[in-house]
This record gives sequence, structure tokens and C-alpha cells, in this order.
Amino acid sequence: MTMAEPTESGRFGDFGGMYVPETLVPACQELDRAFREAWGDPAFRKELDHLLRTYAGRPSPLTECHRLGEELGCRILFKREDLNHTGSHKINNVLGQALLAKRMGKTRIVAETGAGQHGVASATAAALFGMECVVYMGTVDIERQKLNVFRMQLLGAEVRAAETGSQTLKDAVNEAMRYWVSAVEDTHYCLGSVMGPHPYPWMVREFHRVIGDEARKQCAELLDGGVPDYVVACVGGGSNAAGIFAGFADTGAQLIGAEPAGGAAVGRAVPGIVHGSKSYLMQDEWGQVLEAQSISAGLDYPGIGPEHAHLAASGRARYEPVTDEEVVEAFQLCSRTEGIIPALESAHALAWIAKMREEVAGKTILVNMSGRGDKDVNQMMDVLGS
Amino acid sequence: MTGAVETALRARIDSGGKCLVPYITGGLGDDWLDTVRAVASAGADVIEIGMPFSDPVMDGPTIQEANDRALEAGVTPQTILDDLRHADIGVPTAVMTYGNIAYHMGFERFANSLAAAGVSGCILPDIPLEEMGEWALAADEAGVETVMLAAPTAPDDRLPLIVERARGFVYGVGLLGITGVRSALAASAVEIAGRLKSVTDKPVLVGVGVGTPGQAVEVSQVSDGVVVGSAVVQRMLDHAGPEGVAALVGEFRAALDEA
Repeated sequence: MTMAEPTESGRFGDFGGMYVPETLVPACQELDRAFREAWGDPAFRKELDHLLRTYAGRPSPLTECHRLGEELGCRILFKREDLNHTGSHKINNVLGQALLAKRMGKTRIVAETGAGQHGVASATAAALFGMECVVYMGTVDIERQKLNVFRMQLLGAEVRAAETGSQTLKDAVNEAMRYWVSAVEDTHYCLGSVMGPHPYPWMVREFHRVIGDEARKQCAELLDGGVPDYVVACVGGGSNAAGIFAGFADTGAQLIGAEPAGGAAVGRAVPGIVHGSKSYLMQDEWGQVLEAQSISAGLDYPGIGPEHAHLAASGRARYEPVTDEEVVEAFQLCSRTEGIIPALESAHALAWIAKMREEVAGKTILVNMSGRGDKDVNQMMDVLGS
Repeated sequence: MTGAVETALRARIDSGGKCLVPYITGGLGDDWLDTVRAVASAGADVIEIGMPFSDPVMDGPTIQEANDRALEAGVTPQTILDDLRHADIGVPTAVMTYGNIAYHMGFERFANSLAAAGVSGCILPDIPLEEMGEWALAADEAGVETVMLAAPTAPDDRLPLIVERARGFVYGVGLLGITGVRSALAASAVEIAGRLKSVTDKPVLVGVGVGTPGQAVEVSQVSDGVVVGSAVVQRMLDHAGPEGVAALVGEFRAALDEA
């Protein structure tokens, strides 16, 4: 199978759609039209490509991780999204969306952020294009990601606390959507993952497809035209996973999404409707959305992008949980053996390999190293008690 | 077939009056049903019952807080419907909740549960026209009137489609924004009322940002009436008691009647 366009109603199999308040329907439809037009316009593609190369630092390298591979008994390749400007894959999407927003005549972007990576990336793009930027972030996340809050402010963005509910990513999305409802005429909602109403899940995946396309070529060079046995990525909403999966969905590679055990939406396989789309969702017996629990603010989300739900339901990809303890261990192992401090999010993918080392023994595994761990070292100092 | 919500509103309109639909958060306080009954006596034509959802993206701080308090107290869709089933309210009710509450229970079961509890209408603000099909089928089958929202952002060619699908009444969204009391009525409130009145004979009520009797009178010069949410719920949060909440609704009623 391939990861293609959703249906006209924005569906991937049974999942997706456009479940938004009436006020936002015209905006989503306008965005769908604008994205379709821009994505088919060679001039837009050329401008974005230029930015990705000269500003974000693409293509990102593929690094073979000999010592980590030896430790885990398999061959490990990292797709180095951690080396992008702003330190994660998030920049791919925001440059695309900011360029599109500008083309649509919007003067301001609003974004939600969990770990702060998408917020920093959004603030960066806004600074680059001279746009205003408002970022919502859960109060709990503001506390555990202080450095990124300060970064956003340095970049000229206004960081607003989402003080409701669990005060994490899910609530930041609620607040960003409320803001968008109030300011839809001049504001673009720069959603940070492959979630939300159509066209976001599709559009954000397309902006991240560059990860998978580059990795496919890089793997072919390294593996004599072959593909890896596994492609592994962490999944909260699932943007970095969607980007790298898109390059390999039509191959024989097994696609693995590593979910935090406390936020494993696919694991429970209960469909629900929140934040604009129908997908798997952690919820109670009445349909109230549950709060995810994860050491990683970026994955602290009770849902998952609708295309991932479709990939899971159709059996094309597997989504499996790893615990915070396994993540902390993988975080340290990667730092020690490769000289690469991974983002806690990305460490979930590594934790999956370590956990499944019997299954993957001797195999070639491509990991999306989606972000660097600089933002997490304060938190890890506390966790490791050093 | 005309349902109980539309019938009640038409009765008011036909007698030359303006409709008043207050919103009460279901399960908020042990005396919430007394509040509903008191509000009915104070002149409500229909009462909107909020069924709390964990992530109410169309709602501002007041209704969010009411939601949270009710959920913390253990309120569920079932407890609200159980309460309503035995209540003698005197006017029709319409439940407002979010799509996932209905979807999770199953659209058919949810629609039937509303009907069995004596609820006449339903509003699901995050299920727009494009996603309405499956729910509308279940609601029509159960005889539940699905109220449709129409926002200021809708282009002209969209409004006829919305009013065509609406049952009970058409809910004009008064401003670009979420629920909550504002210091003045937005110009968009009167504008959406006028645009809707020009394309439908169904009752057109405006809500979101209608928070004072004066604002209700102002917009009702064009609309057939108003939905008043946050102002009423704020009274409940302030522990005004059934009489205190009813007093506010009485002020709206009096202002609309005098205008």
C-alpha cells in the first residue's frame, strides 16, 4: 500500500473527517483548497525546498550507529532529524504551513505545543516570515520545558498557558482551537501533528514526507538498493512517524510506532472524535477523553493521527507501548554509545528496539531520530538524581 | 413532522413574542433540576441542557468550569438522562453536548436514550453539516430535533443547506468566538440573524455572546429570540440557587416582552 490522499471527506479508511465547530468549517475548506493548489504549484514547492535546504539544513544525514547496534544485536540507522534547525523534525511542517499561510494572506499563526518543539519551530517560522505568533502550552509542560518557553519568547512569540484540564498538550490544542475560532479571519492555525480536522492530517504528513523520501534514497545507497527490515518512530500524534513511514509504506519494511505506555491510543483501539477527527482515542466508558501520562511532554496525548489508526486497523503498521523506565534507559544508552543525546520522544523508538531485541536480532532497523535531547537534560537531571 | 421544540418556539413567535432558551449545565449542583423547573416557570420557552464533555472546544471559561465541576461530582450522560426522565419540567428540552459523547454511546442508542428521557432536541456543535449524516439519520428516526449552528463565517451558499437540515430551530452563532458574556453585542449577531431570516421560515435564535437582557433585546429585533448560556451558568457557579437563576431568566423574559 501507499500513503496516498485521503478521500474527499478527508478520510483514511474509517478515520479522519472534519469534526469542527461550524465557525471553522469554511476555514478548513479554504485551507484544503489552498494546500491543494500550492502543493501542485512548482513555484511553491521550489520555494519550500529552498528554505528546507538553506534554512533548515536539509537533507538530514543518515547515520549508522555501530556501537548501539552492537549493544542491541542489530544494525541501526538513524535518520538525523535532530540535526535540523530548531532541533527536531517539526521545522519541516512549520516552514510549509507558514509559507502557505503567507500565500493565503494570513498575518498571524497560532500553535499548540507539548514539549515545546513545535512551538519553537512555529515561533521560528513566524520570525522568519515576519508574522505574529501565539503559542499555547499546558501549565504542566511550561514547568517541565522552561528552556523552550524562553526560546519561544526570544523568537518573539507570545506563550500562553493552557490552564484547563490536564494542562498538557490536549488542553493546549483545545485553547489553540478556541483562539482560532475567535480569530479565524486573519490567523492560520499551525497544527503541529498529523491530527485535527481535514486537511491537517494529510497536509502535515505531506510536509514531513521529505523525511521518508530522503531516507529511502539514503538507505538504498547504503543497502545496495534495499530497504531496512524495520522502520521505527515514536508516536504521540504521529507526525515524525507519518513522515518517515510515507517513504516506506510501499515496501516490505515493517513499520513500527512506539507509543508511551501511558498514552497508548492504538493499544486500546477505541475510536472516538476529538480535536477535529475520528481516530483511536483514550476515553472512559462515557466518551470523556482521558489524560495521557508520559515522561515525554511531546507524546503526552490521548489520541493519534487518523492515518495511523488506519495503518493500524489495516495491519500495515504496528503500534506498541514502551514504559517511561524503558525510555530512560534507552535515553542513556544512546547518549553513552553514540554521542547523541536523543529527545525523550525519540528515545521511545530506541526503547522499542531494546525491548524487542529478540525479534529484531540481526535485522536492519531505520530509526527516526526525530529530535535532540538538549531540552530534556534538566528533567533528566531530576529523574536520574545526579 | 414538527417536534416539541419547534412547536413551543412557534407558539411564542405566533403570539408576537420573542423566544428565550436558557442553557443549564446538567448535573451542576444537587438542585439542578429545581433550577431547570424554576427557569421554566420564569419564562423559558425551551431549555438547553448541557451534557458535560472533557474537551468542550466551543465553550469559554464559564461553561468549562461548570463542566469540570459537574464531571468531578461524578455526573455522566446517564445520570443526567435519568434525572430528566423523572422531571416534570413543563417546557421542551434540548441536550447540548459534543460529538464524542453521542458517538461513544452509539448514535442510535444515544438518540433513543434522549427520546426515552423525554428530551426533544439535540445540539452537537462539533458535528458540522458535512459529518452530520449518520447522526441525523438516527436522530430523525428517534424523533429528536437536531438544531444546526450557523456561523458568521458561512458563505451565502452554505446557509440554505444548514437551515434545510435544521430541526427545532436554527442557532445563529453571534460572533467569531466561543461561549461567554461580552460587554457589548457583536455586530455579527444582528447580521447572522438577518442572513438566516432571509433564507428560512424556521425559528432563528442567536446565541454565543448574548449575555444581558439589553443584548437579547437588541439582537431579537431581527432574530426570533436568543439562547443565553454563560450568564445563566455563572449564576449557578455562584450558588445563586434555583430562585437566583430564575430571577435572571425572568429579567431576560421581561426585557424581551417589553421590547
